[in-house]
Amino acid sequence: MADKQISETAPKKGKWTRRAFIGAGVVAGGALLVGVAVRPDNPVERLSPMVAKGKGEQLINAWVKIDADNIVTAIIPHVEMGQGIFTSLAQMLADELDADWSKVRILEAPADAKYVSHDIGREFLAPNLEVPAILEPTVGGTFLQLATAMNLQITGGSFSVRGTGQRAMRVAGAAAKEMLIAAAAEEWDVPAGELRAENSMILHDKSSKSAPFADFAAAAADQGLPNKPKLKSPKDYKLMGKAMARHDIPDKSNGTALFGIDADLPGMKYAAVRAAPVVGATVESMNVDSAKAMPGVLQILNMGDFIAVVADGYWQAEQALGTIDAKYSKTEGDKLNQDALFARYASVLDEAGDDGGDVETEQGDVTDAFANAATKVEAEYKVPFLAHATMEPMNCTAWVRDGKCDVWSGHQAPLMARKAAADTLGIDTDDVTYHNAYLGGGFGRRSENDVIIMATRIAKAVPYPVKMIWSREEDTMQDHYRPSATSRFQAGLDKDGKAVSWSNIHTHLFDPQEAPTVPYYNIANHKIRKIDVPTHLRFGPWRSVDHSQHGYFIESFVDELAHAAGKDGYAYRRELLAGSARHLAVLDKAAEMSGWDTPMPEGHGRGIAFVPSFGTIVAEVAEVDMTGAKPKVKKIYVAADPGFAVNPDGFAAQMESSIAYGLTATLYGEISVKDGAVQQSNFHDYPILRINEMPEVEVGIINGDHKRLGGAGEPGLPPLAPAVTNAIFAATGKRVRELPLSKANFA
Amino acid sequence: MVTLNVNGQVKELDVDPATPILWVVRENLKMTGTKFGCGVALCGACTVHLDGKPVRSCSTPVSEADGKAITTIEGLAEEDGTFSKIQQAWVDQQVAQCGYCQSGQIMSATALLKNNPNPSDEQIDAAMAGNICRCGTYVRIRKAIKTAAGASSETQEA
Repeated sequence: MADKQISETAPKKGKWTRRAFIGAGVVAGGALLVGVAVRPDNPVERLSPMVAKGKGEQLINAWVKIDADNIVTAIIPHVEMGQGIFTSLAQMLADELDADWSKVRILEAPADAKYVSHDIGREFLAPNLEVPAILEPTVGGTFLQLATAMNLQITGGSFSVRGTGQRAMRVAGAAAKEMLIAAAAEEWDVPAGELRAENSMILHDKSSKSAPFADFAAAAADQGLPNKPKLKSPKDYKLMGKAMARHDIPDKSNGTALFGIDADLPGMKYAAVRAAPVVGATVESMNVDSAKAMPGVLQILNMGDFIAVVADGYWQAEQALGTIDAKYSKTEGDKLNQDALFARYASVLDEAGDDGGDVETEQGDVTDAFANAATKVEAEYKVPFLAHATMEPMNCTAWVRDGKCDVWSGHQAPLMARKAAADTLGIDTDDVTYHNAYLGGGFGRRSENDVIIMATRIAKAVPYPVKMIWSREEDTMQDHYRPSATSRFQAGLDKDGKAVSWSNIHTHLFDPQEAPTVPYYNIANHKIRKIDVPTHLRFGPWRSVDHSQHGYFIESFVDELAHAAGKDGYAYRRELLAGSARHLAVLDKAAEMSGWDTPMPEGHGRGIAFVPSFGTIVAEVAEVDMTGAKPKVKKIYVAADPGFAVNPDGFAAQMESSIAYGLTATLYGEISVKDGAVQQSNFHDYPILRINEMPEVEVGIINGDHKRLGGAGEPGLPPLAPAVTNAIFAATGKRVRELPLSKANFA
Repeated sequence: MVTLNVNGQVKELDVDPATPILWVVRENLKMTGTKFGCGVALCGACTVHLDGKPVRSCSTPVSEADGKAITTIEGLAEEDGTFSKIQQAWVDQQVAQCGYCQSGQIMSATALLKNNPNPSDEQIDAAMAGNICRCGTYVRIRKAIKTAAGASSETQEA
């Protein structure tokens, strides 16, 4: 795993340049250290104090260190949860630096304000300066008061490569190279223009002189900081665009990779927990008579909203917890039942009529266009709540002593985790040391602070370090869920079948704001509205966030329009995308890969779906066999344009991953509520796709615009469900308007 | 006292014989490569070998390991750290993503190839269906098992 220890150091000097803030200095052993922070394009009064941290402090997005032994170290302000980000970001830095890849090391930046990723904040904050909705529920009203609104050091929104990579890692590499070349030019007394870098060496071709970077590390720090480090054009890329082996895979293949759950401390004890089944309820009473007599049990704590049993071993704690009978307070949430919730969605949408709800986007006159349409199409779709079900159950280890606290976990936003622990204890963030480990799956779940807060509260109540582990049951029943939702559409087609009006109203909108919109489809009149129907359940970002629902809604409805127009789904989407070459190229590639026009066997079907999200354009074709008792998804063809795939194999892996994650949701995913509590608890009633159900996957990548990079972790997911359900329609003529498929009867 | 043979090392431990192997290995022996996933033998993250056969260590008490050899993920590589053929295939095919389930996947795959050096696609699916991967590395797991099987047969022929 990435080494977390790096020496405390600040750049010796630094300045804002046209690209970014660049700082440089010499650290222990004569190593050159170059750090880069990205300058917000719209400096705003409210943000400026957060950007200028004070003397000697900067918000650094990327660091590169060049040691005396010529080792290049990339220090990366993101977390690794399976997306391969350490490797991709290091590729970007090392390529610009012309470093020898075999001598590149990677460190995860510690949870320290110096290593923040304000870039993700900037993406959301500029230009309209709204707090990213994705973060609101996780940090609540405290977000802006953090006074480090940009200090997000967060991994999410498929943002690492397109944000930090493009704007900071590459700049750091290019700046370091220019400084090394300047130092070598001085040393050898030759013009800098005659020098070049290759494999961590500086070369002077005229004199055949060459020397390792390390020879100039100390002198480089005294060179002027590059005003605008020159970034490579794609023809000069040596590492970017290549399928590089991920650096974390060996340790993940021999059991040595350390996850949050693997934290180990001298004298550490273990906590098993059970929260009140209905969120918001409290533990009114508990019978601990048998539990307290059980072996290894040290403490039984009524924490109000949950019960904790602390014992010498986790199994002992869990066994004892299982014997505790508890009574919980009554809450408003107790009244919530899933069927009633969908009924409530329906009645709220009914009441909204043609004008209710909040308008998200509007163009033209849908009412008029719909009234005059030759063909009218209407449909309603429903999706359930979903849990994240990361393979590593939620866990956190904390040790509170002497007014200070150490916390160990795997979190998508280490600085937020540190702040949450500090707030829980009422101490300064400087008195909390947060240690991040590999994340055994994130998918959005590990951007929440509930687990950190619970462990810190338990640790405060005991005199030793304590590792809290959630059972799979707690993990399933106490998640921050992908919201359930209902979406209704009305569209009008002209006599040629062309869509002239598009109306949509749906319950709930979380993030991103554009998820329900279809600006890429050429439809003259459209109106999209939302109505919030809040419940006591906690919502959280779930892989691809609202695109996970709206991708299914939109692409199912587009298929219905195609059918109403008497056209096939591919041809119909081609017409809707007319004029957008980049979008069409992706759609065409998926169709071509799948042999769209070739016939399918009886009972088999092919479906297509198209969803751009997180800056990446994706089209998927699903092949489904409907001849058996339940749908069998045979193959998925993915065409994707992420602008430029920095690590194509890593990108393909993320597409495969999104398909598996999306197919689980399509086939099985359903969290339902009864009397306010989640009914599912483990993999028997919240099943996950297994290897025997995994379709073949073929990925085709288009590098459509190297200047505008898209994400990888999420965009493969939204088209999956509709591609599958559209294929089912093609095979059977049955339109699936509610997920998961396990609820449908195909007999 | 319970006597355990783990990866060839014999240990005497003062633990409740009903304790699942998983927690003894992780907490008492500090070998954390074996993972907790579901606690009820549904996900395979905790897979270890008992006399070469894959078992779900979260639901197997240490008492059942009495007189038997436990092998964990830490016991697969050679002493100098050289990966087993399966582990190497896992690296070559770039299987792991988050990596959490991979110890269990590799233990199941190792047991499969031990009994069936050249499994068909169906046999791979059947043997590996007890191991859940939430990152969806299944496509690469299939390839890695095929790669390792190929590597084994080449070695045998040579």
